[in-house]
Amino acid sequence: MIQYNKLIFELSKEERVGYSLPESRFNEYSFDDLNKQFLRSEEPNLPEVYELDVLRHFTNISNKNFGIENGFYPLGSCTMKYNPKINEEIASLRGFRRIHPLQPASTVQGALKVYYELQRILSEVSGLHEFTLNSYAGAHGELVGLMIIKEYHQSRQDFKRNKIIIPDSAHGTNPASVVVCGMEVIEIDSNKRGRVDLQSLKEAVEGRDDIAGMMLTNPNTLGIFEDDICEITKVIHEAGGLMYYDGANLNALLGKVRPGDMGFDVMHINLHKTFSTPHGGGGPGSGPVGVTKELEPFLPNPRIKKLDDHYYIEENGDAIGRISSYYGNYMVSLRAYVYLLTLGKENLKLVGPYATLNANYVKNALKTAYQLPIDGNCMHEVVFNGLINKDTNIKTLDIAKRLLDYGMHAPTIYFPLLFPQAIMIEPTETESLQTLDEFINIMHKIAIEAKENPDKLKDAPTRTPIRRTDEVFAAKEMIFSYKDYLAYIEERDQ
Amino acid sequence: MFKYFPHTKADIEKMLKSLNINSIDELFNELPESVIYNSDYDIPSFMSESELRNYFDELNNQNKELTLFSGLGAYDHYQPAIIDAIVSRQEFMTSYTPYQPEISQGTLQYIFEYQSMIQTLTGMDVSNASMYDGSTSTAEACFMAASISRKRSKLLISRTVNPNTIKVIETYLKYKGLEWDFIDSKDGLTDFEDMKNKLDQDIAGVVVQNPNFFGLIENYDGFSETIKENKSLFIMNADISTLGILKTPFEQGADIACGECQSLGMPVAYGGPFLGYLATNKKYVRKMPGRICGYTHDLEGKRAFVLTLQAREQHIRRSKANSNICSNQSLMALFVTIYLSTLGKKGLKKVNELSYQGSHYLYDRLIKTGKFKDPFKQSFLKEFVLETTLSHDLIQEALLKNNIFGGYSLQSFGEEYDNLVNFAVTEKRTKAEIDRLIEILEGLS
Amino acid sequence: MSKILEGLYYSNDHEWVKVLEDDVVLIGITDFAQSELGDVVFVDLPEEGDELVQGEEFGAVESVKAASDLLAPVSGEIIEVNEDLVGEPEKVNQEPYEAWFLKVKLNDPKELDKLLDHKAYKEEISE
Repeated sequence: MIQYNKLIFELSKEERVGYSLPESRFNEYSFDDLNKQFLRSEEPNLPEVYELDVLRHFTNISNKNFGIENGFYPLGSCTMKYNPKINEEIASLRGFRRIHPLQPASTVQGALKVYYELQRILSEVSGLHEFTLNSYAGAHGELVGLMIIKEYHQSRQDFKRNKIIIPDSAHGTNPASVVVCGMEVIEIDSNKRGRVDLQSLKEAVEGRDDIAGMMLTNPNTLGIFEDDICEITKVIHEAGGLMYYDGANLNALLGKVRPGDMGFDVMHINLHKTFSTPHGGGGPGSGPVGVTKELEPFLPNPRIKKLDDHYYIEENGDAIGRISSYYGNYMVSLRAYVYLLTLGKENLKLVGPYATLNANYVKNALKTAYQLPIDGNCMHEVVFNGLINKDTNIKTLDIAKRLLDYGMHAPTIYFPLLFPQAIMIEPTETESLQTLDEFINIMHKIAIEAKENPDKLKDAPTRTPIRRTDEVFAAKEMIFSYKDYLAYIEERDQ
Repeated sequence: MFKYFPHTKADIEKMLKSLNINSIDELFNELPESVIYNSDYDIPSFMSESELRNYFDELNNQNKELTLFSGLGAYDHYQPAIIDAIVSRQEFMTSYTPYQPEISQGTLQYIFEYQSMIQTLTGMDVSNASMYDGSTSTAEACFMAASISRKRSKLLISRTVNPNTIKVIETYLKYKGLEWDFIDSKDGLTDFEDMKNKLDQDIAGVVVQNPNFFGLIENYDGFSETIKENKSLFIMNADISTLGILKTPFEQGADIACGECQSLGMPVAYGGPFLGYLATNKKYVRKMPGRICGYTHDLEGKRAFVLTLQAREQHIRRSKANSNICSNQSLMALFVTIYLSTLGKKGLKKVNELSYQGSHYLYDRLIKTGKFKDPFKQSFLKEFVLETTLSHDLIQEALLKNNIFGGYSLQSFGEEYDNLVNFAVTEKRTKAEIDRLIEILEGLS
Repeated sequence: MSKILEGLYYSNDHEWVKVLEDDVVLIGITDFAQSELGDVVFVDLPEEGDELVQGEEFGAVESVKAASDLLAPVSGEIIEVNEDLVGEPEKVNQEPYEAWFLKVKLNDPKELDKLLDHKAYKEEISE
């Protein structure tokens, strides 16, 4: 129920149990044998709740969420496509769920085959040589990719190369990953067409011998294709650097372009975007990293390889090292593999075209009310810079919140940073014309409301489980746990 | 037509007409010809749902489900049935990161409850919304220490930390440009004297693991004071389930608590997804990477939860952020929250007690066979290592023949461990299973 | 209209410097800066005894939507940090010219010549 408002701790009653554990069978052993100094002095404050209450609690709070199966989710750059149920069914098979990561290869040939075959399909679709599936997320993949680039240069005794070029339109994880990898960012401006300015790029690398590489998303974060891509990769390669492809927008290219063919040397893919694995409310995702043949020795351990019909696990001495406990978010990889086999080569090549058709249809229908900063076709997503009508004091935030009242999830807002009132819409290929038309109608309605009834937007949302939140309070009071909450209540009530 | 693509011919015609074009291909006209991929992908053809089921049934059968008697970071603990029932709800599973709190109170509330539970288990002030896994959360804890100490750039790592965790830390530190050294192990425990000797002006933090790689419970008397005196940070990695009864990182004087949460209701699942926790004291909260959920109210005064302190994170701070982490393991945090809501303090204690009893029963019987010896003779909880007169390969072969995974040889972790085999017993292992294991090993020579 | 006080020095990145006696100054951020940031929730400052170097980053001001670096307008030793801002960061929004961050003993008073006066700063922000 949307009115449900309890914390699990508030359901706790002493003596209640929600678990079912076997009886002790070796009573000759007991904790009392352990030295007291090893034990914690107080019990943890965990709730005591019986099974039905636990279920009701989580069922009720789930009703306050919005999933892809509730409605349209046009978040730009997130590719919120349908998360297929068959993926979940396969992921529940015991033979995958119950195997221990250290079991000998002979006992997990099915699991290893999935890993190997998935990375092979990813290689084929991306035009690169081989992938690791060990990276846990897109940002993690970026870090791994940058480590590989750094290692590549160092293996050639080229220790000076520590600069990575990043366009100002890049996602925040890009520069952050560069710094975490011990390198420095050189930011270059986008031109009026919203793309990398080739002249600026040439000037940025002119006379330098410390360029390690460049990170680029293509189509870029504005949803438009970097049509100078071949020149861009040439400039960087000639400057001695490697090209990194941020795969966040790969959905646009499926069936049309392969990153490897554009000259990229390293890339990551977001399985939870392009390949339908669920976002889980923020994770677990998966960010496999692919490389050219030359960079293959640097892929992180452990590696999964194949000899004849047998799959085996290997540790490679040239690898950048280990970046995960085991093989990454394995069950996420499994889901992506199911998805790719469900689509097959016949349907995978239609993803890019349908996604692009959808985005352009929306762009064309909304450009009469929303300001399109860049002319020309977009790819799988479109960026608007707020309303055309600048006379209202309506901000993008208000538009997003009002959309929630109409039963749709808001698009991405305030990204990319290039446009102060950015709204980024990515319909994905799994949305029908009817859903798009509905969305378009609502967006037009909201544009009219902005002029005639702006309070409706300023007050929005009003039809959601809660209204707008006090973010200043959250940041200042810093109540991060039930313990903090109790302390806050006590102080407040004094 | 394909079941995930809704576009009918009529739909497409209508859309093309509105765009004034004749084919979808025209939308790609501006792309340079040289990059257009004109062939078919060399990947399998599509499979129908029943073909898929057959295909994966076969793969499933090529995996052997074994009775698990080794751990080393992934433990076969009981998973309450209601976990799957709840996490499979699409509202939890398919939803996005809760950046729009008005329609994500479900996610935000369980994250808040997760943070609360990690807080009380570790004793620290504040937990974040989770990290990828135990080893990367430990690596990020090292980054935190370096950032907090500002000028210091070296970490001391105990040799009793799981070598795979150490490898991950090394990779992270190496590329960031930080340094590290090791604290020796003595009788299977962290050598306090060696640590004291190695503490100097350059040490940002000290990393230990409890229970350690050998399954042993460590005694950190004197550690916290000595480390603090050196103005370094004390980082403690612990299997969160054991904190149900063991002295908390807070009680041990730790500044940062990190580690693996897989034991709390997640299947072993060939190594992932798992979840790393990270918790610290309030004064370091701004140096903590990852998302944090905070309590607030909406403008009608209703209780609400929201992602907060986002100005620390990569999407705002960009190259100035403490970490590049964007996502967390959100749904896995839900596993943890449900598990701990269901087990509660008493259940978690019982899990540890049953595991303790089972592991000690196995331990005694193995020693009794005369083929195993304990090189360390220290206290342990659910996991231990032994030296053996038997060949490690022989053990593995004999156990596998009986569908058991146990007595895992630590050779693969490094030469220095090649005399040791690992056993772990959880509450799921029955007396019959343990007796069978002993019987098999007794019969070997 | 953004408030600017006469008699203060200003830096290009929106900090003000108020000269007290004996080459001691107070540093804070301007009305323009606080309004751009939105509600300030935290001010990250160095400690007493730390050294500032003109032009170098010394801390940050954090709001809900942004975290802005603070660049030292002058060089010198920090002799006092405004503890009030820890518990009441909103003071930065309410009274930006009263809510000083640091009290600094200048190394070289001539550095003040590199800063803007109130007229030049006014021009700066109206661009």
